[in-house]
Amino acid sequence: MNAQFWLTQAFNGISYGALLFLVGSGLSLIFGVMRIVNLSHGSYFLLGGYIALSVIWTTGSWLLAIPVAALIVALLGVVMERLFLRPLGFDPLRQVLLTVGFAFLFQQAALDIWTGNNFDINPPDALTKSIVVGGLYLPLYRIFMIGMAVVIGVILWLVMEKTRIGAAVRATVDDAQMARGVGIDTSRVSMLIFSLGALLAALGGVIGGAFLGVYPGLDFEMLPIAFAVVIIGGMGSLGGAAIGALIVGLADNFGKALFPELSYFTLYAPMALILAVKPTGLFGRE
Amino acid sequence: MTRQHIKVLIVVVALAAIAIVVPNTNSFVILLTTRALAFSILVMSLDILLGYTGLPSLGQAAYLGVGAYVTAILATRYQFGLGYDFWLVVALGILLAAALAAIFGLLAIRATGVYFLMITLALGQCVWGLAYRWNSLTGGDNGINLRARPKFGIDLANEVTFFYLVFGLFALSLLLMYTLVRSPFGQSLAGIRERELRMKILGYNTWLHKYIAFIVAGGFGGLSGVLWAHTAGIVSPENVVLTTSVDALLMAVLGGAGTLVGGVIGATIVFGLREYLSTLVPWWQYVLGAVYVLTILYLPTGLMGIPARIRQRRALTGNREAMKKMAPVTS
Repeated sequence: MNAQFWLTQAFNGISYGALLFLVGSGLSLIFGVMRIVNLSHGSYFLLGGYIALSVIWTTGSWLLAIPVAALIVALLGVVMERLFLRPLGFDPLRQVLLTVGFAFLFQQAALDIWTGNNFDINPPDALTKSIVVGGLYLPLYRIFMIGMAVVIGVILWLVMEKTRIGAAVRATVDDAQMARGVGIDTSRVSMLIFSLGALLAALGGVIGGAFLGVYPGLDFEMLPIAFAVVIIGGMGSLGGAAIGALIVGLADNFGKALFPELSYFTLYAPMALILAVKPTGLFGRE
Repeated sequence: MTRQHIKVLIVVVALAAIAIVVPNTNSFVILLTTRALAFSILVMSLDILLGYTGLPSLGQAAYLGVGAYVTAILATRYQFGLGYDFWLVVALGILLAAALAAIFGLLAIRATGVYFLMITLALGQCVWGLAYRWNSLTGGDNGINLRARPKFGIDLANEVTFFYLVFGLFALSLLLMYTLVRSPFGQSLAGIRERELRMKILGYNTWLHKYIAFIVAGGFGGLSGVLWAHTAGIVSPENVVLTTSVDALLMAVLGGAGTLVGGVIGATIVFGLREYLSTLVPWWQYVLGAVYVLTILYLPTGLMGIPARIRQRRALTGNREAMKKMAPVTS
């Protein structure tokens, strides 16, 4: 357990956190705007990975796979929101159950289309190398993941803080009724955010597919971890999602390395405690 | 006889029919029914929270897990619970699960609605994490295989005998839970579900009511787990995973929340679809998913709510016809 161990683990934790940020930020925004606990978020992650695989198999292009997978899943999100979630009105339990029903449908569809095998998404050769910094081997791909999360985080932040639509979203998070009162089309905001969340999750699925793999059951493995991110960080807050993702990424990595038998417990127990003390999460908007 | 009497009579007749018919069928049906009954106890315990108290828990599988792991660990490591001491294991499973619920409840009860869903999800995942990773105790991903069922005067390895045991404990649980929800305590739970603030103003300690309901539900979950361990013969993290909790929740809603027996119907349908349909067609899970989605969209009160809906519709059309007849007179 020398410095190298700590640094390597920290680096792995941060890069895993970068991936979690993609999944968690979407889930957090969806919850903030719509108060929906979206249990099909893990399915979007998995479907993103699978669709990317199909694109890579047919065209051979990894770069093309990223936007195609993200857009298709975003479209799926729009359809789900418009046709099924919106008509339910505000009824949290039924909305939650509906998203689970869809998660089961997606699971079966994925099994039918892409079989039950485990796949890996192979990034271009340029990203598979490692660089050596101060005696540490840092895989380029993990650096790419961190970069990607930072870029997307900054774009999201700029959109949320500096544009009109971002202001509408923030207003809806704070008080949907008042937002409607001042003429914000909260229904459209919901649709936008739901599809954005799906898009981000799918993006995570494509990027994460290179080191997590793509396999049946990944959807429900990813889902609770994404919730941990959202809860620790705070629901409906982007900065919170970033910090939550970092905490969960590091806790997961160090937990697995230091006390493997308790590793998941050390992740979910703090999550439950935070929820009990401050239901809106550490950095959530009240 | 009031309507409630008739309902109780129907349930009693249905239970008697199950007890008589099922043992005379083939072993596939007996096993399927045993599984459904054992799991139904968990679904009913969840219904106390969801249907009667208005607390949608997404972590109920944790209590099934406690009961099941206690049974499996005692049986495989210490050969305990394979004779008359099986009843001690039953008591221990219930007590430990209730104790866990007492701890979790302290954290969860204050939360409501979506936040309650989330916190119970997190707590359930804590238990799952331990089951999945604590290899030395739980056998990790592989779980624990139970080699034998208890033997005390009667041999539970016999599937019909075992069916009667599970059936008996199931019927007892149903009776106890029914008594609970019909009691004044149960009535105040329903009051909390409808409007907690009003109950508070009336002087009820709503926190304590919910807390007790949470613990009772946990205890029944533990019983369900003890039976499940011997029914399935294997206990693994699969029993505590999020999807198992979700399953229980969906079964309760499918049958009709706030009815207790609705959960049993839901469990029977889901187990039937899963175990029978899966032998016939490869796309059975579409059917299950579609059943869930359609129920939530079109039958929010579940299958048990259908008679009431028909009655309502009849009353509506009846009214309309009466209006038509009256129309010439008034004009």
